[in-house]
This record gives sequence, structure tokens and C-alpha cells, in this order.
Amino acid sequence: MNGKTKNFFKASIDVLPLLIPVVPFGIIFGAIGIELGFGPYVTYATSIIIFSGASQIVFFQLLSAGASSIVAITSSSVISTRHLLYGAVMNQYLSNLSIYWKIGLSYILTDQAFAVSNEYFKKNKKDKFKHYYLLGAGVTLWITWQITTVIGILLGSIVPEELGLTFTIPLTFLALLINYFRKIDHVIVIIASGVLSIIMYDAPFKSYIIFSSLISLLIAYLIVKMRKQNI
Amino acid sequence: MSIWISIIVAGLINYLTRLGSVLLIKPQKLNSTLKTVLNYVPSAVFPAIIFPAVCLDNTGLIVEFNDPKVIATVIAFLTGILSKNLTLTIITGLISYWIILFF
Repeated sequence: MNGKTKNFFKASIDVLPLLIPVVPFGIIFGAIGIELGFGPYVTYATSIIIFSGASQIVFFQLLSAGASSIVAITSSSVISTRHLLYGAVMNQYLSNLSIYWKIGLSYILTDQAFAVSNEYFKKNKKDKFKHYYLLGAGVTLWITWQITTVIGILLGSIVPEELGLTFTIPLTFLALLINYFRKIDHVIVIIASGVLSIIMYDAPFKSYIIFSSLISLLIAYLIVKMRKQNI
Repeated sequence: MSIWISIIVAGLINYLTRLGSVLLIKPQKLNSTLKTVLNYVPSAVFPAIIFPAVCLDNTGLIVEFNDPKVIATVIAFLTGILSKNLTLTIITGLISYWIILFF
């Protein structure tokens, strides 16, 4: 296997544990779309066109609750703004790629693809085929999301709500963060972001995610500045 | 506005949030402080997804300390710190959640 396929399949395997929440969430999303009356085509189209679980659910929930299209679009977009931060990180490693690669990879830049690729890129800065890793992770997640949405659309709520499988979403992000809890500077940023997200939870258009992220990045900036001055 | 137009607009904006910083930011132009700050992106973004999902109930109120989700999260956290294993952390958290819920 050459470097390209090796990276692609390594990513597909590394991302497997992160599929634990994606599978039930995709099925639940497909079922919700039908239950809310959006029909199979509209429901499935969001999985290709929006391709972001949280944004898709909020989009449907707001529309079905009678909110205007503008409110639904704004909210789903604000939730997605966190990708701007992921892109900024990924860009450090991918800036030499052609515009076509950037256009393609951006489409599959999800939370999970970012999380595994970020760890891989940090350790393999010199690997010239490292973008195949992001490709492998993104494509695996994309295929899984498409298949599970269709399962949810066709079979309905086959995932019993009592199992509480949506709880695997925070669990996965916690597992992804676990090694950062060993560093005090990161712990400060983590606690700040978490507490801010609770305080700002009712902010309009679900903006609590991006605001708590940005404020805690500002705290990170101050920590980095202070450390530099002390050296 | 037709539902299809709404989806396409939402999809386009969504895509631009992913592509935007890839196109606009030139890594060579970032100073070293900002590059270091980017290392904190997971620590700044993920908790905003974790904390509300664990600490708030369906109505947006803060849950009690002995809520099954809170206890299971603490168990998952300790498992992660000790085992350094991603899959084990998720599975242990889910199984302890089920044990608290169903027994």
C-alpha cells in the first residue's frame, strides 16, 4: 500500500470509535425528518447539502415549530461557525494543497474528521500525503451519515429513545478531549468554555457554541501571552 | 421561501463556514502566538458541546449532581484519564449510564 491509501484507511479505522454516536444520531435524524413531516427527499437532501447533524436537526426543529426560513437558516449557520475554527487549524497543515483539494476537503470537515486529523497532523507534520488522512476520515463519516439517514427515513425510530443514545455525543467529545485534561492551561480553557456555554445557552440562534469558544480562545491567548512574557 | 431554497442557502452558508478560513487565512501570516492559540481550538469548542448536553435537561435547566448523565460522565472521565483509550471511555460511559438508568 502506498502512503496515500495507507493514510486513507488508517483514518477510516481511527474514526471508527467516533461512529458510535454518528450511527444512532443519523438514524434518529432520518426518523425525525419524517416525523416532522418533511418527507424522504427533503430529509435526505439535508444530509448531502448541509451535512452537519446538529445544524440539520435545528433547521428542521425550527421550521416545524413555525419559525421563518431566515431564523432556521441563521440558527443552523451559527451552529456551523465552529467549523471556521477547525478550518483555521487544518489550514496550517494543508496550505500547500491545490484549490481543488481545499474545496473538496472543506466539504467533509466535520467535528470528528477534524478531531482525528488534528491529532494525526500534529504528529506527522512532514508526511506529504497527510491530507489523505483527512480524506479517509471525512469520507468514512460521510458514507456513514448518508447510510444511517436513509435507514432512519425508511425504518423510522428503530433506535429506542429510552436507550438515551444521544448521550454518546457528549461522551465522544469528552473522550476526544481527555488528553488535554492533563495540562492545566487546557483545563482552564475547557472549564471556561463549558461554564460559558451553560451561562449563554439561551442566547439567540444557538450562538452559545461559537461565543463560548471565542471567549475561551481569548483566555487561551492571554495564557499564551503571559507565558511568553515570563520566558 | 420554498423549503428547497432554504436548504440550499443553509447548505451554502454551512459549507462556507468550513471553507472560509481555509481560503482566507494565510498560515505564513499568522504570528507565532496565534498559531499557539490554535492548539486550544478543541479545548475551546468541544466543551461547549459537552457541558450543555450533560448538565442541562430537555427544558434547558441545570440537572442535579446525581443525574445519571453527570455520574456516567464522571465515570467516563476517570476511565479516560486512567486508560487513555478513546473507545473504552465512550463505552464505559454509555454502559454506566445504562446501569444507572435501568437498575
